[in-house]
Amino acid sequence: MPEVGEDLKRYLRSEMMPTVWCPGCGHGNIARSIATALDRLEMDLGQVAILGGIGCSGRTPFYFNTNAMHTTHGRVLAFATGLKLANPRLTIIVAMGDGDALAIGAGHFVHAARRNIDLTVILYNNNIYGMTGGQQAPTTPFSFRSTTSPFGSIEPAFDAVDLALAAGATYVARTTTFDFAEMPEFISEAIRHPGFAMVEILSQCPTYFGRLNKLGDAPDMLEYERDHTIAAEGSTTQAVEITRQDLLGTLPVGVFRREIRPEYVHQYAALSRARGGNYGE
Amino acid sequence: MRLVQGNEAVVWGALAGGCNFYAGYPITPATEIMEYMARLLPGRGGVFIQMEDELAALAAVIGAAWGGMRGMTATSGPGFSLMQEHIGYAAMSQTPCVVVDSQRVGPSTGQPTMPAQGDVMQARWGAHGDRPALVMTASSVKDVYDTTRLGFEWAYAYRVPVIILLDAVLSHMRENIELPAVAPSPEISQPTGGMSPPFGPYPFVPFSAATRTIVSGLAHDESGATRGSGIGAASERILQGALRQIEKDASRIARCRTDRLEDAEWAIVSYGITARAARSAIDLLRRDGVRVGLLELHTLWPFPEHIVREVARKVRGMLMPELNLGQLVLPLRSAVEGICPVSALGRADGELFTPEAIAAAMTEEIQQIEVGGRVSHHA
Repeated sequence: MPEVGEDLKRYLRSEMMPTVWCPGCGHGNIARSIATALDRLEMDLGQVAILGGIGCSGRTPFYFNTNAMHTTHGRVLAFATGLKLANPRLTIIVAMGDGDALAIGAGHFVHAARRNIDLTVILYNNNIYGMTGGQQAPTTPFSFRSTTSPFGSIEPAFDAVDLALAAGATYVARTTTFDFAEMPEFISEAIRHPGFAMVEILSQCPTYFGRLNKLGDAPDMLEYERDHTIAAEGSTTQAVEITRQDLLGTLPVGVFRREIRPEYVHQYAALSRARGGNYGE
Repeated sequence: MRLVQGNEAVVWGALAGGCNFYAGYPITPATEIMEYMARLLPGRGGVFIQMEDELAALAAVIGAAWGGMRGMTATSGPGFSLMQEHIGYAAMSQTPCVVVDSQRVGPSTGQPTMPAQGDVMQARWGAHGDRPALVMTASSVKDVYDTTRLGFEWAYAYRVPVIILLDAVLSHMRENIELPAVAPSPEISQPTGGMSPPFGPYPFVPFSAATRTIVSGLAHDESGATRGSGIGAASERILQGALRQIEKDASRIARCRTDRLEDAEWAIVSYGITARAARSAIDLLRRDGVRVGLLELHTLWPFPEHIVREVARKVRGMLMPELNLGQLVLPLRSAVEGICPVSALGRADGELFTPEAIAAAMTEEIQQIEVGGRVSHHA
């Protein structure tokens, strides 16, 4: 993780440093942006829980000075759903990897989005399985290499924004680790959003994705992120159209949806009250 | 008195045990449990949620436990297989929860509406790695109620996933029972401090403003730390401690019922729905002058070795009928080895044993033993 100032240190568990992340990995920048967002929102750390799945991104919960769960591969949103329902006052931030959210956990991802339960998903997308050493992910772009697509991927890649929009997420955004300003801004907005929020962040993996695809080291990969994304703030329909572009081409970044729709925990509390129960009171 | 279905008794027993969170996924023959919960929990201030699969169901229950609610799920074979990942996670993270498995014939889809006792070993050994296990079963609707209520007590006392094995017949049969009144919204006080370490031989403390607990399925020490040279040893220390605690309370945990064992020369050792037929088989055998009694096991794991040994010392032979092709007979044989012979009677075709079939197997065993040797039956 990059150096952080005194202002952010209280959010982090110094005894857990250094992180498991490789030199040049973008994940530390994302974690730092989460800390920045917590600071901007003046969050009470006792009211925050950070959850993660399995993989490089899944280690995020260990580094924050909050209650935390490091769960199972792909299933973190189901744990988060139970935790949120049991303690609705908690602000829950869920760190997921692209394999976590879009392969093994895709089923949980779409249903959490459909319920519009008040969780904030930060999807660390490095286009590859890093923890296990560089295998193909559902986000590995067509023709790109990994240790399990050594001749180039013959599959189309998943677009997390498309999927989140289709599943009913009510706050959907994408940015990159290149954009130090946008990351904490989107994360803050997602945390404040009363419903299921997903911020996908393209993150560089120089160790595997960069090396296997000759994309250079971390600074080169950050430039690659900059050169292959365009700002695409707009309506849902425009956004959906634009994200259907070939992932090899330019990828739109920005906020694709901000929508207020009944949130699951509120719906459940209303049901409980209607039945004479006192849930959530 | 009211006519209560086995699956409904699970619900009332759970509520009496303080259950206020249910997450599930529909599956025959357990579905009525979630249907009752869906009707009852909202009005009681508890939470009911139907999840997208069984993996998610148990994950939500575990999340809810750390959020301060007392949770359970219920399923049958195929769902129970899927839940193994999170039974392991609950064991590793010492998260109290209750899992009801209404057994049907397997493997795979098998016979969804027909009873079996084929998950006995999966309930003990299903998740990868070693873990403590508390597994109970029942043979009547009243037992189902008591067992489920007790399941919550044990889940919190020992910080383990408690597994309750029913079967398709027990789940769906109705019996007249007296249901104790259940308070409308049980308030279960839970410790809220961050005073003791979060893992190891300490009480379960859900997340609160005072805690900074990290829950993980990775090997960890009592503080929750997952790295450092001693982590493997610390993780084993926590596991061994949990196993020892259960062993220490073995006599309290080992629940069973005996019937006409006082003067018995022979014993039928049985559990669950099969114990009902075994009881009738004893009527038939006693009518013919055979002195046979029943040991009905309610706690299956940890296997009540001391109890079966005590019975074994008093009889000349044992028979274990079970609706599988020989599962619980394995620890039974190993426990009484050298004390008395054990015959197995198994079937896995979806049919229950008749009392006549069990009586015939017992008679055959008696004849065999009287000329020496051991027999094995498979219907």
